[in-house]
Amino acid sequence: MTSTASLHSVTHNGRRTDHEAAAANPFTVQGLTVAYHQKPVLWNVSFSAPVGCLTAIIGPNGAGKSTFLKAALGLIPKLSGETSVFGAPIKKQLARIAYVPQRSSVDWDFPATALDVVTMGLYGRIGWLRWPGKRHRAAAMQSLAAVGMQAFAQRQIGQLSGGQQQRIFLARALAQDADVYLMDEPFAGVDAATEKAIVDVLHQLVVSGKTVLVVHHDLETVRDYFSHVFLLNGQPIASGAVEDAFTPQNLQKAYGGRLASTQLQGLAAAAPHKA
Amino acid sequence: MHAFWQAITLQAGYNTALVCVGAAILGASAGAIGVFVLLRKRTLVSDAVSHATLPGVALAFIVGQLLFEAGRSLPLLLTGAAISAALGVLAVDAIKNHTRLNEDTAIGTVLSTFFALGMVLLTVIQSLQVSGQAGLEGFLLGATSGMLFSEAVLIAVAAGIIGAALLLRMKEFTLLCFDEQFAATSGYNVKALDRTLLILLVGIVVIGLKTVGLVLIVALAIIPPVAARFWTDRVPVLTAIAAGIGATGGYIGAAISASAPDMPTGGVIVLVLFTLFVISMLIAPARGVLAAALRHRRFQKVVHLRQGLLSLAHNEPVLEPLTARLLRRNGLLRGDGRPTPEGASLAHKTAQDQLLWNAYKQQAPEEALLMKDWSLRPIQEVLPPDVVKSLQDDLSLDSAPSANTLRSPL
Amino acid sequence: MDIFLQFDFPSILLGVFAALSCGLLGNFLVLRRQALMGDAISHVVLPGIVIGFLFSHATASWPMLLGAGGAAIVSVLLIELIRRLGNVEPGAAMGVVFTTMFAVGVVLLEQTQTAGVHLDVEHALYGNLESAIWLEAYSWRDLFNLSALSALPEDVKLLAGVSLVLIVTVLAFFKELKITSFDPLLAASLGISPQIFGLLLIVMVAVAAVAAFSAVGSILVIAMFICPAATARMLTDSLKIQLWLSSLVAVFAGVAGYLAAAFLPPMLGFDGSVSAAGMIAVVAGLLQLAAMLFAPRYGVVWRRWHLQRSS
Repeated sequence: MTSTASLHSVTHNGRRTDHEAAAANPFTVQGLTVAYHQKPVLWNVSFSAPVGCLTAIIGPNGAGKSTFLKAALGLIPKLSGETSVFGAPIKKQLARIAYVPQRSSVDWDFPATALDVVTMGLYGRIGWLRWPGKRHRAAAMQSLAAVGMQAFAQRQIGQLSGGQQQRIFLARALAQDADVYLMDEPFAGVDAATEKAIVDVLHQLVVSGKTVLVVHHDLETVRDYFSHVFLLNGQPIASGAVEDAFTPQNLQKAYGGRLASTQLQGLAAAAPHKA
Repeated sequence: MHAFWQAITLQAGYNTALVCVGAAILGASAGAIGVFVLLRKRTLVSDAVSHATLPGVALAFIVGQLLFEAGRSLPLLLTGAAISAALGVLAVDAIKNHTRLNEDTAIGTVLSTFFALGMVLLTVIQSLQVSGQAGLEGFLLGATSGMLFSEAVLIAVAAGIIGAALLLRMKEFTLLCFDEQFAATSGYNVKALDRTLLILLVGIVVIGLKTVGLVLIVALAIIPPVAARFWTDRVPVLTAIAAGIGATGGYIGAAISASAPDMPTGGVIVLVLFTLFVISMLIAPARGVLAAALRHRRFQKVVHLRQGLLSLAHNEPVLEPLTARLLRRNGLLRGDGRPTPEGASLAHKTAQDQLLWNAYKQQAPEEALLMKDWSLRPIQEVLPPDVVKSLQDDLSLDSAPSANTLRSPL
Repeated sequence: MDIFLQFDFPSILLGVFAALSCGLLGNFLVLRRQALMGDAISHVVLPGIVIGFLFSHATASWPMLLGAGGAAIVSVLLIELIRRLGNVEPGAAMGVVFTTMFAVGVVLLEQTQTAGVHLDVEHALYGNLESAIWLEAYSWRDLFNLSALSALPEDVKLLAGVSLVLIVTVLAFFKELKITSFDPLLAASLGISPQIFGLLLIVMVAVAAVAAFSAVGSILVIAMFICPAATARMLTDSLKIQLWLSSLVAVFAGVAGYLAAAFLPPMLGFDGSVSAAGMIAVVAGLLQLAAMLFAPRYGVVWRRWHLQRSS
């Protein structure tokens, strides 16, 4: 098995090999199968995230995109499959991953300020029996500033708009300072300005060498925002660079009759013709 | 044992027989109403209802004592209980709808403060030093031993009326639980229906106070429907089974309680109901634990076997230990990780079958997504031959594997 | 004053410590939508204390506490089992388990003829707050006198100890309790197991319920798990402030409720006293009612008024 092999090289040769493995496989999922009520939602999905790229996970509703992230992270039970992060099992590499759940998954009436929520991104590193200190709050403030939300630090989260809440979630992921970012529908229900701000932050992450995976449902913006795509519909349909994988044929495969042919033409027309 | 036999065959005296039958009617009505409360996901509202009866009982006693010198009159006490229980329900809804607190918190608030108020009033009554207050303690845990004949008749008749009222409105309640919005757009007054259901619930709780006691009466509305849920998915059947379980629990429980010393009626009825619940949970074929476990294991095997065969077809190594074990056990995989000839041919056929399934999913993604058997069974077994044929033509597969040769080893 | 110190003061202490330990934990229960877990657990301790009593033949003893704790844990496991295996919604699973466990307790009580001896169901519901006495106290200075303090009733010492342990535990795991309550998915992805801290919370709830139970009865326990936290929830948007406020409300209800029960009836020319535990719960309920109506920003009246002014 590849994962054990690279795990050994990590323990024997130290950081350097770690970097090599990192360069090769920041986030790899093998044979993932998940079923709800005896009906497969994900079927034998294998996927390796391209290193240092911004990848969109796309597919129709019910295709299992969110389920893919959650099951790969081990947050929900799976029938089979393994996830490795930089060559080691994900359980040992949680510190190198930042996960952003869907905004609707939490209770926004919870008594917490924006700063509180961002500081939560650091909890994994603060250690047992310790409270977040000045240093942590300063780091959280920096992340808030990165998404343009420093003015709202002391605001109760329920009083923020949908877009602002999503920025808080993004800031929290930034505070985690991870190597791999997994985001579930960060653009759902946000205003145009927030969408632009989030895209900018994602691009900065990629420029600094991070690997970013985003569950996305707006096909129109795929070409503008992402360099790679992973098409999923219960099974993996295609993955690769946008110009190679985001083709009308693959979209037809993933979405079937749900995309009108004019829509497909439109998406295809946006494709730059390769020389 | 002899005494129990006498009680259960209604030969242990007129009063005992009446109590047993009354408890059965009570159990049936409570179980049936509980079904709709469960389906509305408001199970624990009944807990608030029952606890909220106490201040009403105590106040009715005080009022009765002051006005007529007859605090123990059962109809009066039950009227008081019903009024304060109704106030409790209104309070739960008001807190839930008008403050930021959620329903659980609202239920807990009403339950504890109403009950505490009742307790304070009870201690007031104690210090009033009036006669006849001993019977009030019976409302906490229920007591049938000292029950008057007229009281037993009252309980049986009232429980019967409530059950009948539920039957009359069953269609509307079903709609309310299944699709509130549809019910509203079809011209039903959803608010009034909801209130009717809660009034019936309050009624049955109040009726049951004397027999089962206010702490345990909720069990009659909770346990039978939850147990019945394991047996069926259809509302009318569910209601019938819940009523049956409730009736059985009430009848047997009351009989045991009447025939043995120191057997409090409420407690025994609840224990009988719980026994029926455990049996249902374990062996019910529709949603029971054993049936589900068996189905899950079979399903897991099918999934792993199919994945394993597909891996073999694509010349990938089989990494999952469970998959490899299943393949080996079925003679499809050799010890060195290579497929046996049988395995290789089955893998090839499975791969072709998978191609057909994938093609089908492309053509009809909605149907495929809803289909339970998608890519789990050979396509010929699931789809009509002409559909399969056209898929084959599209893929231009020379000859499709027939259903026979593709039969999975399970 | 001596009489107050000897007879009323220890009862007030009991009420305050019980209210404090339950009230503090209630914050997390309310935020996790598990408010009724306190209700369920305080019902299920009955069979536990009966079994404990059968072993020791004495009330307020360690076997009873152990039995109650055991019953609480058994019922939490049962609820989870029924929820997971049977695919039953949490409220219904809770309802099945706590009524059954309570029924076991009731039947055991009657069957073993312990009823009426020292232990009865009414006692379990109402508690026995008023019976605490501190005869060794002669003046307020005895509060700083170790030998006099050690003569405080066992219940008071136990509850004081439990309160301290619970407060320290909540402080120690504050951030874990907070993150697993707010965003369990994120917590799990950080390696902070929501299951483990969910269990820790339930164990603490069981400990608080069991320790407070024999002194103040299950109804006050339930009220204290919910009312102070709900009151504080209406008043603030900061978890830290909410914890402080709820503790304050709990302590106030403990003192005011007891005083009302002891001194209000005679002042109204009424002979005898009323249940102190019940009165404390009623006071807590009234405080919550006031907060729901008049709290700035979230209170019903406040919101109505602002709506009218803006329109």
